[in-house]
Amino acid sequence: MPTVVFHQPDSPPDVVEGKAGTSLMRAAVENNVRGIVGECGGQAMCATCHVYVHPEYLDELEPIGEDEDEMLEDTAAPRLDRSRLGCQVALDDALPEIHVDVPPTQV
Amino acid sequence: MEHVVVVGAGHAGVQCAASLRDGGFAGAITMVAEEEHLPYQRPPLSKDHLGEEPTPLPLRGATFYGDSAVELLTGVTATGIDRERRQVTLSDGRALTYSTLVLATGARARRLPGVDEAHLGVHQIRTLGDADKLRAALEKARRAVVVGAGFLGLEFAAVAGKKGLDVTVLEGGTRVLGRSVSPDMSAHIAEAHEASGIRLVLHEGLSSVQVGEHAAEAVVGASGKVYPADLVLLAVGANPRDDLAREAGLEVADGILVDADLRTSDPAILAIGDCARLSNPALGSPGRLESVQNATDQARHAAEVILGSAGPFAAVPWFWSHQGALRLQIAGVRGPDDPTVTIGDVEAGRFSVLSFRDDRLTCVESLNRPADHLAARRLLAGDRRPGPGDVTAPDFQLKKFAAP
Repeated sequence: MPTVVFHQPDSPPDVVEGKAGTSLMRAAVENNVRGIVGECGGQAMCATCHVYVHPEYLDELEPIGEDEDEMLEDTAAPRLDRSRLGCQVALDDALPEIHVDVPPTQV
Repeated sequence: MEHVVVVGAGHAGVQCAASLRDGGFAGAITMVAEEEHLPYQRPPLSKDHLGEEPTPLPLRGATFYGDSAVELLTGVTATGIDRERRQVTLSDGRALTYSTLVLATGARARRLPGVDEAHLGVHQIRTLGDADKLRAALEKARRAVVVGAGFLGLEFAAVAGKKGLDVTVLEGGTRVLGRSVSPDMSAHIAEAHEASGIRLVLHEGLSSVQVGEHAAEAVVGASGKVYPADLVLLAVGANPRDDLAREAGLEVADGILVDADLRTSDPAILAIGDCARLSNPALGSPGRLESVQNATDQARHAAEVILGSAGPFAAVPWFWSHQGALRLQIAGVRGPDDPTVTIGDVEAGRFSVLSFRDDRLTCVESLNRPADHLAARRLLAGDRRPGPGDVTAPDFQLKKFAAP
């Protein structure tokens, strides 16, 4: 099972396991990772599962979709080059570990 | 010790418990959950749950309740409220004494006279159990008839169509999503569904469901026409679950009536989410909304009220619906006669319909235009809104207008 490390702005990181084929957002919600809301249930509709992916993993992920791209333009915390919506990042056994930063705010 | 009892473990109930703890509430919290499952998110039930992702998405992880000292009672219903003693009685015979009671009982799928949902092949979607049954039925069904062209009916129709079923949607009104979107958006969405092979029949209600030896065989329309079906979905709206409140003598009118603090006619009892109706809603708002946003925003507000730190409740309503390739996002609530202006690329299916009342922006419906939606939510939260004159300018963009 792929491991996701959520680095928190002001507390120790959350290290959780997720199932391949499911999303990074689900791994966060199922494990009560602070700062990841996922209010729309993973439809890229609410932009409350924004994360900053550590640069070394960016190229390993599926590219950003059009809708995700637009939603990222208006997240509560500023968009960076390494911004993604957690619900659109699929976990994959080919990538056994991924590190992301949780932004200071989602809503 | 203070004891908050929350009846209902949907989006509203769970968010309220979480916000109480986030806000430093030190008393006891008990949640009364009718279903046995870990409380879960409902929106995927009519979408991903029927397709690729049958594992329910929890509202919070399993450890949340223990870690947050929230006692979660599952498989139990609240059967009565004794307001004098401040007690809720439960189906297992227990009684819980509360200092504050929060009713987050939600809504139930509306039923139709003359239709027995117990028949094999006749479905509704409200709970995880409903969705699991429907998911199993979808694997075998060939012909689906959906009664009601609201969000739920069309979301299901899109899923069923994609699975290769022959799908007919019956709608009693004059257009699809009649209660939810403008005529322009409605027309575009109807066209898109028809182009994908879904049959839409307007001005057609349900008269009865024909049941064969084992299962549903057809739907008989109000017109008398017979629509063969081995799967029938009734998606004709929902009614607030306000019975418990009514029986306790609280004021109820198609929803539990609440003031701007979300308090019912008994100040020790609050009501939030689908089951609650604001007595004095903002101009143009219906007072009772069925949405995740409304449930969670009211839950946060109720927690603030209990903690003694709240202003009056005010939140921009927003909604979404995902129907096949159609991604619809709505910010605000439009009046049925609000004039509209459409911006964007209608041909390409990426546009927004803006509604105005007295030249003031009331609602933005965006189809495959998430940037417009997010900008609209910010604009509707404030007073600096574009008028019809602004938005018809050739280079107008909501996002630019909303930029600080």
